Amino acid sequence: MKKSRTGIEGLDEVTKGGLPYGRPTLVCGGPGCGKSTLSMEYLIQGALELDEPGLLFSFEQSEQDIIQDFSSLHGMIPELVQKGKLYIEYIDAGPAGQAQAGEFTLDALFLRIEAALSRVKGRRVVLDTVESLFQAFPDKNFMRHELRRLFTWFKEREITTVITGEAGEHSLTRWGLEEYITDCVISIDHRIEEQSSTRRLRIIKYRGSAHGTNEYPFLIGEEGVSIIPITSLGLDYSVSSELVSSGIPDLDEMLSGKNGFYRDSTVLISGQAGCGKTSMAACFAASVCAAGESCLYFAFEESPQQILRNMASIGIELQEWLDRGLLSLKAEAADDDRLGAQAPRDDIDGGENRACRGGYRPYNESHQRRLDSGSKIHADPIHGFFERAPHYYPHDTPQQRLRGSHGDSDRHFLPHGYLDHSFQEAQRRLERTALIEIVKSRGMKHCEERRAFILHDGGISIREEGEDSHA
Amino acid sequence: MPKKKRSEDERLRIVLYIMGNTPNSRKAAKNLRKVCEHIQEYDLEVVDIQEAPERIKQDQVIAVPTLIKVHPEPQRRVVGDLSDGVKVRAALGLDDEVE
Repeated sequence: MKKSRTGIEGLDEVTKGGLPYGRPTLVCGGPGCGKSTLSMEYLIQGALELDEPGLLFSFEQSEQDIIQDFSSLHGMIPELVQKGKLYIEYIDAGPAGQAQAGEFTLDALFLRIEAALSRVKGRRVVLDTVESLFQAFPDKNFMRHELRRLFTWFKEREITTVITGEAGEHSLTRWGLEEYITDCVISIDHRIEEQSSTRRLRIIKYRGSAHGTNEYPFLIGEEGVSIIPITSLGLDYSVSSELVSSGIPDLDEMLSGKNGFYRDSTVLISGQAGCGKTSMAACFAASVCAAGESCLYFAFEESPQQILRNMASIGIELQEWLDRGLLSLKAEAADDDRLGAQAPRDDIDGGENRACRGGYRPYNESHQRRLDSGSKIHADPIHGFFERAPHYYPHDTPQQRLRGSHGDSDRHFLPHGYLDHSFQEAQRRLERTALIEIVKSRGMKHCEERRAFILHDGGISIREEGEDSHA
Repeated sequence: MPKKKRSEDERLRIVLYIMGNTPNSRKAAKNLRKVCEHIQEYDLEVVDIQEAPERIKQDQVIAVPTLIKVHPEPQRRVVGDLSDGVKVRAALGLDDEVE
């Protein structure tokens, strides 16, 4: 099946190659969900990357307003318009309930589209949103007939069309567009959960093609639109048999290689607040830098200064690596949907990766609320960045995990190694003892027992349980 | 009774957009003539959309036939073959005309 590549990050993956070529696709969702942005992105990517001119027929905004609205996202629109790679035409459907006296057709609209198409020689068209026509011409049967005629006309000319539709209360779109745009239907959902906004995209149907069926996080960032294709996460990345130290010799000792984790693995560190997850991440970062490689450290909880001060208190000096440019410390509040997706991506794409050639990326994210609510979406976007290098991903253990089972949310991280930390209230002692256990370490044998985890002035030590840890 | 005479600045200016020689085009032209037969003087421009794509873009025409009253203000438009004379008269502001 021939497809029209969207050029939108992630969307081509979940659609297995793009939109159905030469056919109409319906993109629907509530107000502000990003329909227009996604459609515009489709045209811009076509014009920029594939040398395929595109046409936008907007029923809601003038050309000037559109250019202005998109100027922060796509400043090059006027240039594309000037070069004839992008064509924008405002179509005023007229006021609701305008005077009708007898029979008519929408041939003038067709003619305008045809005239624009022959001038721009476009292969992709966006109609945003054709529903304004229903308000101007409320006769549903008439509109259905005319729109069918229009879509057939597009199909005959093999023009790939994106039609946007406002979500209805009991149907996908208010005017039932899904009844006759049946080749491909994409729904975007914009919801606010616990004060944070998330957009998700789902392919409801795609005739004649396999497609991803999940809800995918849909992000509108400074670099445009992207979709995080969770299931289509490529699992074919190259693997390394080289070992990288965890930065804690005692921990390395617990792994069969005696020398740490595989270079390309992802390690999840879980545990209660205060048990030493951040310290472990810092140890790792410091050892990476000490080996002369670079490290990009994302902190979602503390400021860089706090991390530097706190880690210095247990003898882990990070300042030196910052000064030498081997360590990059990024503090980012984990409160919006940039969490774990856009923020690391911006940094990685934006040259940071060059600064951090090694690409080690410890994440320090412990957004309890999100993990507790069982929302996997927030955690998932991080997947995409797990390839290539070892990642440390410490997060707080939700309470229920302490009762024995490992929560479902963990599996979504696809960790290759999993260290669990817990506190044991010592029966006959008054102090708390932190324990560490390697839950799994894929591809290598590891120590099965829980050991005492000790933070001290000189860093982190791990001892066998029962062995006196007062040392 | 004599027909009410319009002053020069009230002279009706209308544009009828049609598509070629289609039944709707012919009906609209005929119906418009009937509505306007009592008006002494008016300017009518007939535009065939097939020959003026730029014009229909500029005038935001999407349906055919479309009748636009350009003058006097306010602008009014009626779509359809103009078979409903009452609506056409209302749009053209002819209701106060005495026959």
